[in-house]
Amino acid sequence: MTLLTVVQAAYFVAAVMFILGLKRMSSPVTARQGIVQAGIGMVIATIATFYFYFFDASGNYVLHVDNLVLCIAAIGIGTSVAWISGKKVAMTDMPQMVALYNGMGGGSAAAIGAVELFKAAALAGAAVTAMDMQAAQEQFGFTKSLLAVVGALIGAVSFSGSLIAFAKLQGWMDKRYTFPGQQAFNLLLFVAAIVLGGMLMFQLDERIIIAFFIVCLVLGVSMTLPIGGADMPVVISLYNAFTGLAVAFEGYVMQNPALIIAGMVVGAAGTLLTQLMAKAMNRPITNVLFSNFGGGGAAAQEISGSQKPVEASDAAVMMAYAERVVIVPGYGMAVAQAQHKIWELTQQLMKRGVKVKFAIHPVAGRMPGHMNVLLAEAGVPYDLIADMDDINPEFPNTDVAIVIGANDVVNPVAKTDPSSPIYGMPILDVSLAKNVIIIKRGKGTGFAGIENALFYQDNARMLFMDGQAAGAALIAAMKELDGGGH
Amino acid sequence: MIDGFIALYIFMLAAFTGYEIIGRVPVILHTPLMSGSNFVHGIVMVGAMIVLAHADTTLEKAIGFIGVLLGAGNAAGGYVVTERMLEMFKSSKKGG
Repeated sequence: MTLLTVVQAAYFVAAVMFILGLKRMSSPVTARQGIVQAGIGMVIATIATFYFYFFDASGNYVLHVDNLVLCIAAIGIGTSVAWISGKKVAMTDMPQMVALYNGMGGGSAAAIGAVELFKAAALAGAAVTAMDMQAAQEQFGFTKSLLAVVGALIGAVSFSGSLIAFAKLQGWMDKRYTFPGQQAFNLLLFVAAIVLGGMLMFQLDERIIIAFFIVCLVLGVSMTLPIGGADMPVVISLYNAFTGLAVAFEGYVMQNPALIIAGMVVGAAGTLLTQLMAKAMNRPITNVLFSNFGGGGAAAQEISGSQKPVEASDAAVMMAYAERVVIVPGYGMAVAQAQHKIWELTQQLMKRGVKVKFAIHPVAGRMPGHMNVLLAEAGVPYDLIADMDDINPEFPNTDVAIVIGANDVVNPVAKTDPSSPIYGMPILDVSLAKNVIIIKRGKGTGFAGIENALFYQDNARMLFMDGQAAGAALIAAMKELDGGGH
Repeated sequence: MIDGFIALYIFMLAAFTGYEIIGRVPVILHTPLMSGSNFVHGIVMVGAMIVLAHADTTLEKAIGFIGVLLGAGNAAGGYVVTERMLEMFKSSKKGG
């Protein structure tokens, strides 16, 4: 048994640990062990890889000192910067960090593709005779160069696209950037990338390689620029799948099974996750990428009636004497940092014997399940949190539904008004509850820019306050009901 | 060597594995799982390390260095944020 066999075995173990780790992450009880397990797999694979700094392809001892120093420096810098930033970031900002780290992975895959292509180009360039040329081509092979190019394309798009997604979520680029003919421009870029990539199959020229990467990076930027904030969850998930695929393809080029398996597992899982999210928003993925949301279109039906305001003290009474209360949080709650106050309010209600549940729409927040993370951070146990399909049948038996910072996902026009842009989107059936209290700062509309018919219903009351202030006021009013509130 | 149909089989089986793992996940774990799978493709660092080990010219070394740097960031960052998220999930039944 040679040392290389040990290295191969280490990759095998790592691949198994990744799959088992991800599997464990699919239940809240074992999820924590899952990530630790995957982490151990990563460490094993990394340590094994140092073999290549001490031995050449035929297993003879050759120490590449300067490469080893570069490698250790890169790992040191990359790990410490990412580790510290990851420890410091607030839970509300988690989506952009995931986007950033994902983009780095895509960039790394693109870098692998770049080096492989440059190496092959150097080999082909050094070929003097026709026989040398043939040998060079055989060494790289058609499948390898194809996957190197495709992986580099996907990885580079994921890299620059994720950086734009990061900048948008971070608030550095707030608006959508659109210009006439943008889609045609993007299509042109895509075709250019394909053509340049196709040329590389037959002619490995350094100038073509450079042009290819520039086009790919610009494509990622220009694809992501016009996409609005509400669609970012889908985009991050898509780029996550992209990076996975890029890693798998470059893994083939490197003949490394750990990369192929881990990359492909993530690619498939990410694709499914993207589909689930797009479905939850009732928008095909092509729609997210190639059209602008809420940009004009048919005039929606008029909504009759008026919004009826309510005082915090009255709202508190309604909740305190209810039997069942459902809280529907949206991203607005997280922006107002109101989750801790809401959990305090929930505890007050539960002390009075009220049955409280949280209802989460699949696309609430900036990533799928983001709202669950934010509630968990505030201390809400996960068994109080219900998915849309589980909670929807319970709304008719709910005495009070409290909507805080959510808008489009509770708008009944998604079911009643075919002319509405959100028609067909699955929603939480809050409108069926006996009473609805909507905590909202003002009368504005949601992401989609659509009036919410729920706010005008007879059973709905508006509590026009900032989320955090409303939580505090409700808690205070509730304590007063108990007599003095001390 | 991993080639031809053997490669195709590996790609296919890995894809099914990924699909199956995620298919039965409750929505509350979508964010941690996305973040967790984001960590898993941090394995790309291993590929970049091998590339850097075999890099000869300055250009190859520079790109290899960037590749390892980015890959390490992906792996480390992905791990930290996933672990932080999962740490917070508690059940009310255990009194946690």
